[in-house]
Amino acid sequence: MKASNSLWKQKLAGRIAEPLASELDVYENEVALRRQGKIDEKVFAETRLRRGAYGQRYDNGQRHDGITARKLEFPTAGTKGPSTLWDAPGMQRIKIPYGGMNAEQIEVMAELAEEYSDGIAHITTRQDFQLHFIHIEDTPALMRRLAAVGITTREACGNSVRNVTACHLTGVCRTQTFDVTPYAHALTYFLLGHPDCQDFGRKFKIAFSGCRTEACGLARMHDIGAVAATREIDGQVKRGFEFYIGGGLGTVPQQARLFEEFLPEEELLPISQSICRVFARLGEKKNRNTARLKFLVSKLGLDEFKRLVCEDRKTLTPDPRWTAFLSDLGTHDEAPLKPPSLLQIAPVRDPGFDEWYKTNVYSQRQGGYSTVTVALPLGDITADQLRALADVTRKYVKDTVRTTVEQNMVLRWVSSGDLPAVYRELKAAGLGEPGAGTIADVVSCPGTDTCKLGISSSRGLSGELRWRLAEKQFVMDEAIRNLRIKVSGCFNSCGQHHVADLGFYGVSRNKGGYTVPHFQVVLGGQWDNNAGAYGLAIGAVPSKRIPDTVERITGRYLAERQTGERFQAWIKRIGKAACKSMIDDLTAVPAHDTSPEFYVDWADAREYTIGDIGIGECAGEVVNPIDFQLAACERETFEAQLALEAGDAARARMLAYESMLHGASALLKQRMPMFSDDPDQVAGLFREQLVDTQLFHDPFAGPKFAHYFLKAHERRNEAVTDTRAHQLIEEAQLFIEASHACYARMRQQPVSTKA
Amino acid sequence: MQHFRVKVFGRAAEGFELHQAIPVFHRWIQTNALPELLIDVADYSHVPGGPGVLLAGHDSHYGLDLRKNRLGLLYIRRTAQDGSTADRLRSALAAARAACEKLVQEPEFAGKLSFDFDEIEISVNDRLLAPNIPESYQELADELGAVLDGYTFRHDGEPRDLLTVLAVRAH
Repeated sequence: MKASNSLWKQKLAGRIAEPLASELDVYENEVALRRQGKIDEKVFAETRLRRGAYGQRYDNGQRHDGITARKLEFPTAGTKGPSTLWDAPGMQRIKIPYGGMNAEQIEVMAELAEEYSDGIAHITTRQDFQLHFIHIEDTPALMRRLAAVGITTREACGNSVRNVTACHLTGVCRTQTFDVTPYAHALTYFLLGHPDCQDFGRKFKIAFSGCRTEACGLARMHDIGAVAATREIDGQVKRGFEFYIGGGLGTVPQQARLFEEFLPEEELLPISQSICRVFARLGEKKNRNTARLKFLVSKLGLDEFKRLVCEDRKTLTPDPRWTAFLSDLGTHDEAPLKPPSLLQIAPVRDPGFDEWYKTNVYSQRQGGYSTVTVALPLGDITADQLRALADVTRKYVKDTVRTTVEQNMVLRWVSSGDLPAVYRELKAAGLGEPGAGTIADVVSCPGTDTCKLGISSSRGLSGELRWRLAEKQFVMDEAIRNLRIKVSGCFNSCGQHHVADLGFYGVSRNKGGYTVPHFQVVLGGQWDNNAGAYGLAIGAVPSKRIPDTVERITGRYLAERQTGERFQAWIKRIGKAACKSMIDDLTAVPAHDTSPEFYVDWADAREYTIGDIGIGECAGEVVNPIDFQLAACERETFEAQLALEAGDAARARMLAYESMLHGASALLKQRMPMFSDDPDQVAGLFREQLVDTQLFHDPFAGPKFAHYFLKAHERRNEAVTDTRAHQLIEEAQLFIEASHACYARMRQQPVSTKA
Repeated sequence: MQHFRVKVFGRAAEGFELHQAIPVFHRWIQTNALPELLIDVADYSHVPGGPGVLLAGHDSHYGLDLRKNRLGLLYIRRTAQDGSTADRLRSALAAARAACEKLVQEPEFAGKLSFDFDEIEISVNDRLLAPNIPESYQELADELGAVLDGYTFRHDGEPRDLLTVLAVRAH
């Protein structure tokens, strides 16, 4: 705990606007009361989460150190929430609405990273900042320092409206319909702390996009996605939004559905309010796994959901904020610091400028101005670099910096003639890396580094890929250079792997009694069109072979693509079977004795999940039949993909269901050698032996994956749409992953008792 | 003053690889090599001029650091300590020195890494307790004078930086 914590309130008195100042006083008191045991830990956990204070991987006081699960002897007893120990330093998420920042805010971020964290500020895929290793008792002071420069952490985590995102180019974009910034701003602050948004069963995400075809806003993977649109009404061009609802990534991704082709701008806030009210009233509260808006929309059907929202809209008491911001449109627009100018190409340019210019500079719709992308490796920036960036901001633009969903920052309104000088100054600060938006600009969630849900090291892999690809990117064919790679440490999709050309998410596999880090390879996702299509996994590859996988797939694409054929189109043309066969040989795991490096994850030195080395009946080279059986289940889910690709949704559904049935059966055989193959009996025994005993429970998702199978069993004779078949395949893949994890837990039990 | 940061500058010889700090720091966790609660290892080697490889702790962080593009062992005291300012300075300097001595003995770094105690950077990682102004510098320099014998001191860095003193051993 910092010695200066108690002094910041006085130091910043008068600089923090109400009601935020009072809210932070209350929060500080709640921290003190929780420390004294006077607030229930569950209540405080939600309190801190709503302030953006989040647990880190070791927060239950356990960390596997590579030899054993080490108990961390924190000095103070007690918790700050369920299983999160009081002294375990955690992550602080900081909301940056639509990514907009000014120089002063950037400098404060630098100070906080330096004084409370580890010197690094990390940008997330939702335009937030995250600081790690923060002591809970430092958070009130940290939040006050942010509040003093107009930044809140309120509702950065928890069951609330999360950071409202928007495309980072809106306002300067050549293809935009109009600038969505003022709308994103208005909706952010309208819903922040709104009473109608305080009783959600789960988080709620909103995104804005300035146009339909580009990717930057990713509107179609959000609970609410608003895409700028205009319509001529009574001879006048009216602004509004193509309005989507119920999208989301997560374990089972769903494309948002079109709620309204044209929602007039004056209806943006009230309709959003009504959606929140219906979600709060009817959304699932007990089972977190089905509590997102997408499940409610699916359950009710779009028409019924829409009817309920429209009914609710009629009951709302008019709020002047709904339209007040519309009269200010244009008055708060960004303005450049300098007059427009043209880039003068000098005969002798700074080394690296040409490459940087090619990938990191965007010519704005306003002639003579450019937007510069500061490419940040894995979204990380140091305190010193933030200060340097603040200097560049003050010198060349006017508080027109934004974070991006690709974990970078952009400087908007650079007078184009200043580009060489801007490059020079960024480069001096280590911020002049080229390759923004290319295959080398790998996006990654925190994964096993700090996230307690992580399975494999997404940052480790991303760092390795970035390092390898950065060197080659400028000799690559443009078709490959422009691909995007996104990596998640688990199936929860924080790295947005579903919408990448090449997506990866962390899983694990067993080999000879050892657990081996793997990544599922996801192909066919679409980044354009606001995340217009989601990819599907084609197979799990050991982590250490992912770089080879990237090389293999991109090499084939380059060799086989037809003129102008894009990556998604190529994947579709060659088909899933060909995609899978491309990587089949890479899925093999060499033995531990000969290739121990496969059993250690990227950027790590510890043997991967060493607790799983329960060398019992499956020791050495003897492979337990269940490994073959689960591999067969994976093949079935893959065949389901092929059936869906061929337009046979019924067969895809059947195969996906059967893969789960066979997985359940394989697990049951580990516990009881004799039972019939009758599906009803398998489902019944599965429930009794593996669900009721909680053996199949995921440590964090609980019985979620078991329910995928049981629900599919109950509905196995119902007709399915393509969309539902796609979902079932996703669910089957996750069920098989959960079966691998369950088997690993089962293996540990007999070993520990027989040893 | 509280929360001292000490950076002892290092020299890399042929064969030095920063990422070798990852197994070393994990081993320090496994073997309780330092008398503090160590939590995790964070690899920031991909960040130019960044924290390099960090050994995160509850009370203190240690890192094989690259800030200002200079390799060094960085010790950062996170939690408040009892005692006088001089006591806290001595504690920080001793922790940094012990980590340096331990690091160069590790097989991954033996003969490939050395530390030069002729030049040490000392900062106060708290802008409110120690604003970066001449008065604070003088106060810190006076305290350092009592702790570091035979060194001269220079106020280092720019105004927005942490209060930082560069201690150079007089020859």
